[in-house]
Amino acid sequence: MFDRLSDGFNGVFKKLSGQGSISESNVREAMDEVRTALLEADVQYDVVETFCERVMADAVGREVTKSLKPGQEMIGIVNRRLVELLGGDPDADPQEALTQSGPGILKMSPGPTVVMMCGLQGSGKTTTCGKLAAMLKKQGRSVMLCAADLQRPAAVEQLETVAGQADQLPGGAQVRFYGEADQVGAYGERVGVAVDVCKRALKAAREAGVDVLILDTAGRLHVNDELMGELHSVHKVLNPHHIFLVVDAMTGQDAVNSAKAFHERLEVDGVILTKFDSDTRGGAALSVKHVTGAPIRYIGVGEKLDAIEPFHAERMAGRILGMGDVVSLVEKAQQEVTEEEAEKLQAKMAKGELTMDDFLKQMRSLRRMGPMKQLMGMLPGVGSMLKDIDIDEKQLDRTEAMVQSMTPAERAKPDLIKGKRQKRIAQGSGNEQTQVGQLVKQFGLLNKMTKQMSGMSGSARVAAAKQLAGGGMGGMMSGMPGLGTKGSTKSGSRGVKKRKPKKRR
Amino acid sequence: MALFKSALGKLKKGLARTRETLGGGLRSLLTGKRLDEQLLKDLERRLIESDVGVAGARELVESVRTDYKAGNIETGDQVLDHLKRQLKSWWPEQDRSLTFATSGPTVILVTGINGVGKTTSIAKLCKALRDEGRTVLLGACDTFRAGAVRQLEIWGERLGIDVVKGQQGGDPASVAFDACDAAVARQVDVLILDTAGRLHTQQGLMGQLEKIRRVIDKRIPGGPHEVLLVLDATSGQNALRQAEEFKASAGVSGIVLAKLDGTARGGIVVAIRSATDIPVKFVGVGETPDDLEPFDPEAFVEAMLAE
Repeated sequence: MFDRLSDGFNGVFKKLSGQGSISESNVREAMDEVRTALLEADVQYDVVETFCERVMADAVGREVTKSLKPGQEMIGIVNRRLVELLGGDPDADPQEALTQSGPGILKMSPGPTVVMMCGLQGSGKTTTCGKLAAMLKKQGRSVMLCAADLQRPAAVEQLETVAGQADQLPGGAQVRFYGEADQVGAYGERVGVAVDVCKRALKAAREAGVDVLILDTAGRLHVNDELMGELHSVHKVLNPHHIFLVVDAMTGQDAVNSAKAFHERLEVDGVILTKFDSDTRGGAALSVKHVTGAPIRYIGVGEKLDAIEPFHAERMAGRILGMGDVVSLVEKAQQEVTEEEAEKLQAKMAKGELTMDDFLKQMRSLRRMGPMKQLMGMLPGVGSMLKDIDIDEKQLDRTEAMVQSMTPAERAKPDLIKGKRQKRIAQGSGNEQTQVGQLVKQFGLLNKMTKQMSGMSGSARVAAAKQLAGGGMGGMMSGMPGLGTKGSTKSGSRGVKKRKPKKRR
Repeated sequence: MALFKSALGKLKKGLARTRETLGGGLRSLLTGKRLDEQLLKDLERRLIESDVGVAGARELVESVRTDYKAGNIETGDQVLDHLKRQLKSWWPEQDRSLTFATSGPTVILVTGINGVGKTTSIAKLCKALRDEGRTVLLGACDTFRAGAVRQLEIWGERLGIDVVKGQQGGDPASVAFDACDAAVARQVDVLILDTAGRLHTQQGLMGQLEKIRRVIDKRIPGGPHEVLLVLDATSGQNALRQAEEFKASAGVSGIVLAKLDGTARGGIVVAIRSATDIPVKFVGVGETPDDLEPFDPEAFVEAMLAE
């Protein structure tokens, strides 16, 4: 994600870092590259022009602050303008801006809060409905999903299945479904019927006392007057509290204009960007706020129903500039581990009494947070190193299998695992005996390390961790048994695979 | 081309918006003007805005600039003619018809990322093949997305075409195998396989496509005879990455450019041409099963730059 853009910006910063001050000529030359990178990333033409002009104006002639180098000064300027472009407030207190949670979905009383989804065909409306439902359910709010797409074959069935899946997910509320499969017609034939279906859904939602009603409308082109009229009627009759426009993150120059057309007709109050886990260069993310005026509210980051995140302009700017997104990472972690659990664990670590069971639990909650590569990408400076590396999630599966093949006694005291036991575990988990040995050895080191570290101050801890990790990313992984790249034989080379360097356009 | 004989009328209709903005825009930009550097700059902007891509736009503008410097072009109207000639020369004589098996069923594998319009394109393709008098069978290998099989079934019911399906969440390759079996047993002319949408960045899922290919070849040697990649015309330059990745894993032999009626500019067709050799075989220009057209570059360029 954003690789090409990050490279473009980093080129600028590098160019400037050798210079004594920021002059018009050196910035202009550097910004030309950024301009090309932005255009190649499908950022809308006007947006690119405006952005580059503003950055130039901010940068040129500025006396470089004594303590900063020109490269760093430029990072500051670009970051401010990026935040602005993404719909954030560049003057907000950075710490506060990073941690605020965003507006969320209104709580109406009496309910339900009505949310209408709209967008082009194939942007991902139905899947996003399911994701919003799963998110609300997690917050303890009940949801009804209404199938108002009577155009696409089987759209009603799809939403019903998605609602069922969302209802299976953890959370203290129910996800219901409302649909009238018999109302479905061929494309363009049943325009207008959706309005009545929505009305009846609202009635059903009121009777059932659900908190949020989400209307999944049919995909349509903004130039299709008939279908846009239908949306307009739904809007007039149901008066939704939120209208979300679903936009594909890989959208091109022109499609951003269609988002504008939607907004002009419906006053969209937020955009949800989907397929953000692709290698989108970020064009839509950077253009949509500027072009439509509607802020980005959520991003979809995978096919599973929990793969949705609130959008933060400040954090996204950080990711684009290769500065990572530690805040999101910590938040994800907080969702998985309670404070109490964390304290217990810390106490154990301090005594060097970590068991294999603890380790298994840790690894599982880490993996629940998302694919390893996505998580690592949130660490400062790691993102750009990751682009040519494939992390083999299967290696983690193998490690899990090894731990699961251990007896409770072995898990509590891994030192027991020698010769015959090693062989049994290897056979039980389908691994080589040397791999089991490796895991046990690394686990021992980890325990020793954590015990030492718990007595240190913060900075000393970081230094120690670095020493343990050997600095690089590969080393960091070796801090975790079974993931090692350094010093391990077979398992290591599988943990992190280096892809052949590929020519990038 | 045997397949699709319909006139250019519909392509033009579908491209009406392209013409209005790109063609019309270029016309009003260029007509009656003397060529200068500012006009060249505006031209580049207009081309980039139409999703032609930075590289493609710059190449086109450079070729105009060369002729301008040599004194061959002086007016905006001449630029239009130049662009038309230049663009047409970009498409070599290329076989853009579907490849059919010499004997036995022809297998067409349809791939693409999520939400590009695979299933709808398949319905359109079915109708066209059936109208030509060929017998068609469908295989629902999208066992992942909720409602995907049902969506294909509904199209099958509407068009009177049978669908081979498997378990929701089952192995798509086994559905492909069963569908091949059925195609051989029933002696149909064409078997079209729908696959689940997958982002080209998901290595595992791309590997699954390779497996599906192997399984088809095992049951019907030489298959799939055609691997179509469906691209969304409203997507930006990322479409080029999709073409690269799908070509590497699935051996794409042709592109279906869907939703061309959804973009006012259509420049992505030019971008695809400048980045890859995979021929665009069909374009989708509407929502009904009739809205699929064979791609004809000559006509496309004319439609793009028409008055």
